[in-house]
Amino acid sequence: MCTTQPVSARQPDLSESSLIPVLDEIIDSYCGTRGALIPVLQSVQNLLGFLPAPALQYVSRELNIPYSEVAGVVTFYSFFSTVPRGTYLVRVCLGTACYVRGGKEVLEALTKELGIRVGETSEDRLFSLEIGRCFGACGLAPVVMVNNTVHQRVKPAKIHELIEQYRSEGMQEREVQ
Amino acid sequence: MCNITINGIEVEARDGITILTAAREAGFTIPTLCFLEGTIPQGACRACVVEVEGAPSLAASCCTPIRNDMVIRTNTKRVRDARRTVVELLLSEHEGDCQTCVRGSDCELLLLARNLGIREIPFNTVNPVQQIDRSTPALARDPGKCIKCRRCETVCAEVQHVGAISAQYRGYDTVIGPAFASPLATVACVQCGQCAAVCPTGAITEISHVQGVWNALDDPKKHVVVQTAPAIRAALGECFSLEPGTLVTGKMVSALRELGFDAVFDTNFTADLTIIEEGTELLTRLKSALVDKKEVALPQYTSCSPGWIKYAEYFHPEILPNISTCKSPQQMFGALAKTYYAQKIGVKPEAMTVVSVMPCTAKKFECQRPEMDDSGYQDVDYVLTTRELGDMIKMAGIDFINLPDDTMDAPFGTSTGAADIFANTGGVMEAALRTVHALVTGRNLPAEDLHVRPLAGLEGIKSAEVTFTDTVENWRFLEGVTARVAVAHGLGNASDLITHIQETGEVFHFIEVMTCPGGCIGGGGQPRFTTDEVREARIAAIYKEDEGKTYRQSHLNPAITEMYEQFLKEPLGETSHHLLHTGYTGKELFTQEV
Repeated sequence: MCTTQPVSARQPDLSESSLIPVLDEIIDSYCGTRGALIPVLQSVQNLLGFLPAPALQYVSRELNIPYSEVAGVVTFYSFFSTVPRGTYLVRVCLGTACYVRGGKEVLEALTKELGIRVGETSEDRLFSLEIGRCFGACGLAPVVMVNNTVHQRVKPAKIHELIEQYRSEGMQEREVQ
Repeated sequence: MCNITINGIEVEARDGITILTAAREAGFTIPTLCFLEGTIPQGACRACVVEVEGAPSLAASCCTPIRNDMVIRTNTKRVRDARRTVVELLLSEHEGDCQTCVRGSDCELLLLARNLGIREIPFNTVNPVQQIDRSTPALARDPGKCIKCRRCETVCAEVQHVGAISAQYRGYDTVIGPAFASPLATVACVQCGQCAAVCPTGAITEISHVQGVWNALDDPKKHVVVQTAPAIRAALGECFSLEPGTLVTGKMVSALRELGFDAVFDTNFTADLTIIEEGTELLTRLKSALVDKKEVALPQYTSCSPGWIKYAEYFHPEILPNISTCKSPQQMFGALAKTYYAQKIGVKPEAMTVVSVMPCTAKKFECQRPEMDDSGYQDVDYVLTTRELGDMIKMAGIDFINLPDDTMDAPFGTSTGAADIFANTGGVMEAALRTVHALVTGRNLPAEDLHVRPLAGLEGIKSAEVTFTDTVENWRFLEGVTARVAVAHGLGNASDLITHIQETGEVFHFIEVMTCPGGCIGGGGQPRFTTDEVREARIAAIYKEDEGKTYRQSHLNPAITEMYEQFLKEPLGETSHHLLHTGYTGKELFTQEV
């Protein structure tokens, strides 16, 4: 069942005045910690759903790490995103085990079902599609993660059903808001 | 000490050094690509692998420390095969348009491929199409030629504390470039060109002004004058395989005449002029502080180095009021050439082309700053790096080595030894102290050979003190005052010095900053490859040039005296203010949304 909380139910307020106190709080909590960049970026993304340029520039300035290096880390890890993501982040594992057990076919089915390619977000902002290289659940291959929920032994034929559950949950959430 | 064996020969080496250092010191050759002297080794390229007895795999010699009794082999089949594979793989991702590439005989990748005997590339690779980035005035990036050795990134972040470029994306898609692989012009790059100086291939180079200069020289309606920075004469010879530190001043003048310049001048002249203006500015600031008890921005920082100016505008806008308002010698020259000199010879400024030969890439940026047009036109039209001048001399088929010596033209050809040493770290400060001391006390600086030894050499941050005694009447307020001066070269050192002063409140009156390690002799436009050994050789040559001069203090330059009598009237006067001085504005670190 779908038990996950949406990554970001609402479009976050990205104006400078509201962004800075939030970022300061995150940065302060890592004050003086070596290697703070990645945890800070994770916290910011958890909060905002993605990493907008002004937030990255602020992090670069406050942590005194060159912007090129911050961007280097953001672009290196597929977990980070600089564009808004949908309510549900769907990640398909294409690690070796998942790949040989049909991960690629699962991805194709998802692409078709969602009408988007890898790295894109659906027009209704409900779904984003990404690929991953091993979630450490090879015994359950092929694996799909939707936000923090792991779906095991996924079959292409079951994709429609899986996505429909999230779709109706997401629509209901929106109506409540 | 450790006893190690390299290729069967017993070698004694210092504890803690790497196999690479030990081997090189003992005279063995090990090829490297990503290794950069003076910085933390990356071990990224694996071109330097060697065999260590007992070790299961080959070791990257640049980052493997030696141990006692280590047995190392640098020339076995296994080593040669591994190195060849490494370079073949690099070549498979490298756009090798070697016939037309700006890097020729100084391309390290080409040389390495030749030395390893590579005759074909066994890997068929379709590489991502890469855009050449020509967004800045001084530097072009061609990621297709990049082999991801990351020397540029290291020098930009660790040595210069700028961090304009870093590795973006991952694996096959990796680009060494600005954040999100955006154009260089959209990020805080100071255009110093140290990246271009350390790049082993043609992936980062200066934006060429060669064709523009040829066009001007070929245009009979143009009066084309050239100025040469002090650092060129100690390095240009390297373009023609002369030893680093060979002085070629006279040959350089002959070559410039053969290239067809209408007049050959010396940036040294405006370096002398800088000392008069900047020294007077310092004394004026000191007077305001000590006599008039006014709030004055001290210490005063030098302003000759355009990379440093851009750095301060981005990263230390709080010290902009402290930076001397003097334009750099290049820009003073341009402004005077298109006014004073143009009038003197009856040429309209619009018919004059001013070309600079600089050891620097940032000078290409500087001449295009919008405020550098006090003559009514862009004061300096083209800037050639030392390398570009070398290329032009070769294009013209000039036999540089066998050229006779010639001398520079009047009125901008006469200079003092104080101007020569502008090329070296510590040189501008020494030149300033020579003149300031003489003006204030009427006596020469009390230093052996007029050299302020604590300010010379490659130490990153240096300082000295001078106490004024028996002062002349005009400057009596400085009686007994000890002037404290500091020198930093390489922007990382400059940044450290600024932070130190801000945190400790240590008092300095005058600070020299040069963007590049070693000063202009180590500039981003100098012949490759500039190691500390090369820096020291060029520095020694410049001091030799200084010591050979009739006059060694800027205020004694008779041509400068004449310039003030005929044109400028007085230091910091109205004409000076208009033509020789400028202002600075803080720049936003993030100019463009990504």
